[in-house]
Amino acid sequence: MAATAAFVRTAPEPVLPAPMLQRGAAAWLRNNLFSSPASSILTIALAALALWLLPGLIAWATVNAVWSAPDGALCRSRQDGACWAFIAQKLDIFRYGLYPPDQRWRVDVTELAGAALIAWLLWPGAPHRAIAVGLFFVVYPLLAFVLLHGSMRLGLPIIDTALWGGIFVSLLTALVGIVFSLPLGVLLALGRRSRLPVIRLVSVVYIESLRGVPFITVLFMANTMLPLFLPEAWTPDRLLRPLVGTVLFAAAYLAEEVRGGLQIIPKGQFEGAMALGLSYRQMMGLVILPQALTFVIPGIVNNFIGLFKDTTLISIVGTLDFLETVQDAFKDPVWSGPTIADTGYAFAALFYFVFCFGMSRYSLAMERRLAAGRRL
Amino acid sequence: MDARTAPAGPAMAIELIGVHKWYGAFHALRNVSLGVARGERIVVCGPSGSGKSTLIRCVNHLEQHQRGRIIVDGVELTNDVKRIEEVRREVGMVFQSFNLFPHLTVLENCTLAPIWVRRTPKAAAEDVATQLLARVKILDQANKYPGQLSGGQQQRAAIARALCMNPKIMLFDEPTSSLDPEMVKEVLETMVSLAEEGMTMMVVTHEMGFARQVADRVAFMDNGEIVEINAPVEFFAHPQHERTKLFLSQILH
Repeated sequence: MAATAAFVRTAPEPVLPAPMLQRGAAAWLRNNLFSSPASSILTIALAALALWLLPGLIAWATVNAVWSAPDGALCRSRQDGACWAFIAQKLDIFRYGLYPPDQRWRVDVTELAGAALIAWLLWPGAPHRAIAVGLFFVVYPLLAFVLLHGSMRLGLPIIDTALWGGIFVSLLTALVGIVFSLPLGVLLALGRRSRLPVIRLVSVVYIESLRGVPFITVLFMANTMLPLFLPEAWTPDRLLRPLVGTVLFAAAYLAEEVRGGLQIIPKGQFEGAMALGLSYRQMMGLVILPQALTFVIPGIVNNFIGLFKDTTLISIVGTLDFLETVQDAFKDPVWSGPTIADTGYAFAALFYFVFCFGMSRYSLAMERRLAAGRRL
Repeated sequence: MDARTAPAGPAMAIELIGVHKWYGAFHALRNVSLGVARGERIVVCGPSGSGKSTLIRCVNHLEQHQRGRIIVDGVELTNDVKRIEEVRREVGMVFQSFNLFPHLTVLENCTLAPIWVRRTPKAAAEDVATQLLARVKILDQANKYPGQLSGGQQQRAAIARALCMNPKIMLFDEPTSSLDPEMVKEVLETMVSLAEEGMTMMVVTHEMGFARQVADRVAFMDNGEIVEINAPVEFFAHPQHERTKLFLSQILH
């Protein structure tokens, strides 16, 4: 330092560029991969592990794989590669279950309409999202029911739900579970914080008892006990029962997630809303829940992802979900071979991963969007 | 039963008659009686824990009193939710911690209650909010979120939000206590201009300069009771009570 350094500035200090080590690819490598000895060792170890595992996996899935074959003979001879021909051959079963082949366009239309509406609904800048809400929550369920189940008046043969299966049933279960369990969870969370002891007690008993038993138990109970509680004429459809079980079970978990969000809202927000004359419903709907739900997006999506994968369990009460159709296909003697099960499970894993990863990325993007400039 | 117990055009905006309040076993308000006339400005001061915030929060029923009567704008506060909401519509409140809604813009903060509580059409509510935001000099911040504003700007936004409901009475609960010193002035100026227009105001504050300039009466509270109440000139020049003298000697230099 210069001996003549002045304590009082006579001119403003210039703004200097950051040192080179702070920027660029070299700096990124140093900061993220080799920031300390332990981090460097970890980086090298993981790189070695990837080099050891990935080439074999990629070769198995690509160059060594059988891409097309009329039956399992070729797959049986190529045991170091996946048998994608099996997937291609069985894809219709995986997608539709036992739904009659000449009626499968109805499933396609329902899926496409649903995908379009969901995209419209989830796209942040999309126009007229209020219309999308109306279409998705009111029109779409009716349309889907008429299309999938059928209506003699419209000339669509009735397809019994016992024939429904595959990917579309898995998606249907997940969608119904997500759409119905969130509002129910919010109500239960509010109920658990209610000042009225009866409402609080009912909510607590519901949440604790549903959370306290395995999902499979809930499914069995929905399957056998729902018909007992309802009059015979209303005996719920065999597919509806696991749907109800899924919703009831997921709602208990979501309720606790939402309650966590409600608890981090400062008391001042309630008081600010009350002082303006807002009623309880307005306060909750306009001020408290929008903030509370934003805070717990990661937890809610975590639950949705869990719910999506748990739909594989509904096969236990006889519903033909996607994973069940895959496992059923293993039994086909034409395709029997040592690589069939690996291939089938890899395909199923890929399917679940794509959807769950998509949900996860969407929630991250949402969080960032909602967080921008809004934190107090 | 008629909710409006006072005659038409009651002289009293706020009437507290023998009000008691306990937190558990702690006696927070002890037999407090106070009348605030229409257009009157009352400043309540006192050491922390003296019950002044509890008192002002009882006026719009954010705290519930357990004995005595509280009549606001002719409506007696009971546990009847309808009456409480009726009173809150006419009584604006400004908090120490602002309590703006962080997920809404400043403008949306201002129009929320008029639209949902008063059923004002959105465009009309936005007109009123725009005027009031201009009045508190933060119109340029209207489309920002509260988190992007300084403390002083947030508090002025909170005042505008309360005024958007066109209240008859304004309550201020230590409005400048959580502000940086350089922002206190801008908030106090807003409050002075409000007082000059004849708004009925009840203000809990330690800003004795504001009390001197604006208040019609200054009340001193200690241990949950109003110890002394007087016009500001008398109150500051000749405090009657030992506790008042002690308090004033501690906060005035």
